[in-house]
Amino acid sequence: MKTLLSVDQLVTVFGHGDDTLRVVDGISFHVAAGETYALLGESGCGKSMTALSLMRLLPDGGRIAAGAVQLEGQDVLALPERDMRRVRGGGMAMIFQEPMLALNPVIKVGTQIAEALALHQQFAGQAAWGAARELLDSVGVPDAARRLESYPFELSGGLRQRVMIAMALAGKPRLLIADEPTTALDVTIQAQVLDVLRRLRAEQQMGMLLITHDLGVVAENADRVGVMYAGELVEEGARDAFFAAPKHPYSRMLFEALPRPGDGGRLTTIPGQVPGMDQTLHGCRFAPRCPYAIARCRSESPVWQELNGQRVRCHLAADLPARSERGLTAHAKSSQTNAPLLQVEGLKVHFPVRRGFFQRTVGHVRAVDDVSLSIQAGRTLALVGESGCGKTTVGKALLRLIEPTAGTVRLGGETIDARNAATLRRQAQMVFQDPFSSLNPRMRVGDILLEGMDALGVGVARDRRSAMTQLLRQVGLPDDAGARYPHAFSGGQRQRIAIARALAVSPRLVICDEPTSALDVSVQAQILNLLKDLQDSLGLAYLFITHNLAVVDYLAHDVAVMYLGRIVEQGSAAAVLRAPRHPYTQALVSAVPRIESTIGHDMIRLAGDQPSPLNPPQGCHFHPRCSHASEACRQTYPDPTRLENGHWVRCHWVAGQP
Amino acid sequence: MLAYILRRLLYAIPILIGVNLLTFALFFVVNTPDDMARLQLGAKHVTPDAIARWKVEHGYDKPLLLNARASGSAQLTDTIFFKHSAAMFVFEFGKGDDGRNIGNEIRTRMGPSLAIALPVFVIGLLVNITFALLMVFFRSTYLDLWGVVLCVVLMSISGLFYIIAGQYFISKLWNLLPISGVAGGIDGLRFIVLPVLIGVVAGIGSGARWYRTIFLEEIGKDYVRTARAKGLSEVRVLFRHVLKNGMIPILTGAVVVLPLLFMGSLITESFFGIPGLGSYTIDAIQAQDFAVVRAMVFLGSFLYIVGLILTDISYSWVDPRVRLQ
Amino acid sequence: MSVMPVVLWTDALIFALLACVLVLVWLIRRQEHLRAPWRVVAQRPMAMGAALVLSAFVAIGLLDSLHFRERLPDSPADAPQYSIDVLSVFDILVGDLRTQQEKTYSAPLAMQLYAKEFVQREGKTVREYPRLKFGGAHLQQEAERVPDITRRSLIGFAQGLALSLLVFGLLAAWQARCSKVSFGDWLAAWGEGRLDWPGRTVVFFVTLLLVLGSVLLHLAPAYHVFGTDKVGQDVLYISLKSIRTGLVIGTLTTLVTLPLAIGLGIAAGYFRGWIDDVIQYVYTVLNSIPGVLLIAAAVLIVQVYIESNPELFDTAARRADIRLLALCLIMGVTSWTGLARLLRGESLKLRTLDYVEAARAFGVSHARIISRHIFPNVFHLVLIAIVLDFSGLVLAEAVLSYVGVGVDPSMHSWGNMINGSRLELAREPVVWWQLGAAFAFMFTLVLAANLFADGVRDAFDPRQGIRR
Repeated sequence: MKTLLSVDQLVTVFGHGDDTLRVVDGISFHVAAGETYALLGESGCGKSMTALSLMRLLPDGGRIAAGAVQLEGQDVLALPERDMRRVRGGGMAMIFQEPMLALNPVIKVGTQIAEALALHQQFAGQAAWGAARELLDSVGVPDAARRLESYPFELSGGLRQRVMIAMALAGKPRLLIADEPTTALDVTIQAQVLDVLRRLRAEQQMGMLLITHDLGVVAENADRVGVMYAGELVEEGARDAFFAAPKHPYSRMLFEALPRPGDGGRLTTIPGQVPGMDQTLHGCRFAPRCPYAIARCRSESPVWQELNGQRVRCHLAADLPARSERGLTAHAKSSQTNAPLLQVEGLKVHFPVRRGFFQRTVGHVRAVDDVSLSIQAGRTLALVGESGCGKTTVGKALLRLIEPTAGTVRLGGETIDARNAATLRRQAQMVFQDPFSSLNPRMRVGDILLEGMDALGVGVARDRRSAMTQLLRQVGLPDDAGARYPHAFSGGQRQRIAIARALAVSPRLVICDEPTSALDVSVQAQILNLLKDLQDSLGLAYLFITHNLAVVDYLAHDVAVMYLGRIVEQGSAAAVLRAPRHPYTQALVSAVPRIESTIGHDMIRLAGDQPSPLNPPQGCHFHPRCSHASEACRQTYPDPTRLENGHWVRCHWVAGQP
Repeated sequence: MLAYILRRLLYAIPILIGVNLLTFALFFVVNTPDDMARLQLGAKHVTPDAIARWKVEHGYDKPLLLNARASGSAQLTDTIFFKHSAAMFVFEFGKGDDGRNIGNEIRTRMGPSLAIALPVFVIGLLVNITFALLMVFFRSTYLDLWGVVLCVVLMSISGLFYIIAGQYFISKLWNLLPISGVAGGIDGLRFIVLPVLIGVVAGIGSGARWYRTIFLEEIGKDYVRTARAKGLSEVRVLFRHVLKNGMIPILTGAVVVLPLLFMGSLITESFFGIPGLGSYTIDAIQAQDFAVVRAMVFLGSFLYIVGLILTDISYSWVDPRVRLQ
Repeated sequence: MSVMPVVLWTDALIFALLACVLVLVWLIRRQEHLRAPWRVVAQRPMAMGAALVLSAFVAIGLLDSLHFRERLPDSPADAPQYSIDVLSVFDILVGDLRTQQEKTYSAPLAMQLYAKEFVQREGKTVREYPRLKFGGAHLQQEAERVPDITRRSLIGFAQGLALSLLVFGLLAAWQARCSKVSFGDWLAAWGEGRLDWPGRTVVFFVTLLLVLGSVLLHLAPAYHVFGTDKVGQDVLYISLKSIRTGLVIGTLTTLVTLPLAIGLGIAAGYFRGWIDDVIQYVYTVLNSIPGVLLIAAAVLIVQVYIESNPELFDTAARRADIRLLALCLIMGVTSWTGLARLLRGESLKLRTLDYVEAARAFGVSHARIISRHIFPNVFHLVLIAIVLDFSGLVLAEAVLSYVGVGVDPSMHSWGNMINGSRLELAREPVVWWQLGAAFAFMFTLVLAANLFADGVRDAFDPRQGIRR
């Protein structure tokens, strides 16, 4: 295949003099026409900066210090800015992670696309509008003619990303750079968008540079893979070879850190964190975290070597022990059954919608509509669903951070209402999603941990300091952490602090709201291990709110799947994830990109987006997207259909099956 | 939309009532009409008789809130509150100390005020935006740095200095323009140029610097990077994308003061001898003409509230994300 | 000479404010997250230069805030009587500058009056420019004036330079000891700008201030450096006295604003609901009234109060002082709305953050959430507002004095200076020095304040998205 893009020894730096940060440090790779090259790495490894360097769109302060970039033989870095503008959008186009922010909020979608068409294809007026409509059609935007007149905020996340793709295609680029194109999207929407990208690449014979942190996305989309670590490329190879046998210790550990279905044991974690760009590094950059590292690794930077067609930068690549194949071990999760710790019946949270002259309440957003669940002590219930389904609201309503509209909550046999809120707070606590907004930047870690004990009067005041030290040890933080401020800690460490804070009042139930979704895979493994250890040692019950099915599979005993404010399927984790019955759960499970070979894995693709909870569809909320929908589905909301072992589903289609 | 505007208008009524009550309290309760009379008459002429006569002349000889001596509805209406405060709701301002009808004065003086304030506003907006865009275009160069320093220096100069120096140099020393006054027709333009010029220059410092901050914030956003990735030139990015988003806070910030332009500028008008509402107000303050001050307070509040409503409406015009409910 | 200390209201508040600032500094030194941005400010040359100029102004203002009344020389010892004039330490320090009063206008550094007068000379009545009583009184004739001024300036310049060299030498020795490098190494580091603070700028400004002060010190006893005003008072003296007025207005007004803005702004944003409605209503009402008019109305009322209660004020200084304080109060009451609105918006955002939710999940009380979670996270906005508002208030004083609702006409202020002299521009030759001095002093203070505010804002709010 003809080489489309070749990058040679690219170095990108920020700042000057002593403060220079080398964010991209001598990267070389090439992409052929019609090929997808995936650049894989954790946050801060320099993969996005590589992409922006190719486009010469580095943020202020950044510059390309060395190297060469050739697109179809043309030296991109040597072009004057005038000609570079023709390359941007025309030669190579880029789509970004967050489509809401990446589209201009006050310009119509059609105009934004037409702008690119006018620039690169000299279309104007009506012709441009028509061409824009065709582009939207080609990326699968329904009702394209009308959508041209929309503003970005009127579109859903998936549609926005399709618009973004259409805009990138307007200049008929030979190379498409996709920077985490689906990270901000729900898993069913991610599947749709990735399908579009795959189809377009095949149709137009484009080269594609796919930048992602998600091994699953790589497995399903890439032809070749390059792994980045701390500004350097450490391994490169064809997809199948790479997934069969990753050669670099870092790549291998990434695989092992990934929670996998049915895996009851501990996850392999990579100790420490990705080094900061400001650290001077000698030798192999991964050496400080590498369990195999020898003295030579710390002094001498490894050169590329080729092993069975894969290229790798590791002194020891040839001598590493064979990878221990993690088989599907039996479920090691403890599964004793006790009386339920938490019992929720008919929980509803409705937000009034006011309109008109007198601000009358004209309707309700049914964020949570009749949710019932129960958790036993020492067990984990995962509440799964896509964004906007109301799962976080359930968590907050349980803690009365949002006042529920209806429903009863029984905790440890006691019915919770506004009067005995203190009981609730002693017994149930929460860990939040974003470790950066969940810790007050103006408070020392010690004060953060003491806050709950002080407020609820836990223990004797003079013992609290030692209790704090105990807590810090429990979550694996150094003793002196208490005197420092949160900004001194990394994301993973902050999440440990947040967990310690919740544990400070010795609760029996911890509500974890997406506690690992803001973290890198290797750090996520550390947190998941910690949560599991704490459950084993303290007998905690978890309500684990997440959209990440792999994590659910790893951690949860039971699963409840939510769609538009209601639970549509509930049962043991094995039953729901392995043999889902509700069409929505089936689609959800099938949409998750898998690392394992995808042959024989028939994909179920959902059409359209999740409707607004303000105006949910009549009957079964899911019927407009369901391929099994019948007349009954359009009329009435289905009652639960009980299957074996407490597994139940709300679906007419399932109920109709023998 | 209509329902929204109606509701906002209704919301304005309690605010105007609040303003009215506050001014009533300031002018009649904290400070009784007797005190006012004493202040106005001066130390030498204060006799109970003189005070009583002054109060009758000005219509302040009635009870404040409730007239026990009157009958029927006159108990409420024949009071200072009703005659002097409540009457303002129908724009009935009464007479000033000079015996002229305040309402008429306001009507005739609005024109000259607007003749200065409107050009200052429009030209100022254009000049400030241009200056800010220039600084943003040359951002992180010395041109931008010195532009900001210049803005800070301009901001640090007293507004009075601009007027005094302008009048002295341009009119007195170089005889380019008339120093003050007004005239009708084309000739009137010559009188307007200097105050407008000074008004614009005096506003550049803070205006351009603020707009620069707005544009800089926009230029750091992701959609700008997208526009560049499309292959647009920096000028196109600035004018098509950044300007359009930056104009939202700028325009809506400007709309609020639009109605207040009728009130004119106190200082400019009094320095340039322009018979507008600004000089009317300043004269009233200096002559301690309470009736006029009260009227101007009410008018100013009314116009400000109109400005607030216009702001909300203009938001929905320029920002598609805002839908008025 | 025995004296009776006089504590004016504004003096008390100024020193209370000073105490607050010192306590705040002590607190900031202990809190890393508060200290870090100040370190950024300290590294900015422009901000540090401005801070030095500001501190010179503040020093004069503080000296001018220690008031007393002198004992009358012929009053009996057992029942002492005190002069009606309220003086300050600053007045004593400047010595004769206060008392060397001429008849009327005289130009800067002149030795003759501005206007011709009939004078008796050798028995004849001549119309000529009479000699000043004090300005250049030691000179025999006009020809000696320029050389004398040059000589005094040069001596002043040289002394100032020598003094600053001495100061610099001490500084360098001390710094070199602190950082344990040799004297020469430190000098080299200083010269190349390699210190962790803007050494060159600081030294430049210290030198500038010392030289300027020294030159003035040599000229002022013999001449009226900025001329004299209509009643013959030294303009330099008036300008310096006006510093205190400007500082009082710029700082005390904010002091009034802060409790209102912080309390109501945070309450509105944090509690929302009807509390928010009420607070928003109050500030929309106050905001909707044109500021100047509200101030005018309130000042008129204070004036009426002062005039109808003359027995409460034993000296003219007290009367003027209470009016100044009233002006600060009124401006504070009319100007809290901007900051309150900003804090309301920020509190609205903060209350939804996870760490506030986490505190609520522990049942932490509202008072504690506000004091530990909300307030510390909006504190930087308050600080930015204080420094940003200062310069606006100093400028506003001039405009208000012009309108006639500013400080008491007997009080020294730049506004009153401008107001009193703007019509004199029509004279031939022009009387420009009083206006010029007022504008120059005001400009220096406001520019320094603005540059300092810029530095503070950049350090505390790098996004700059919050306010102009």
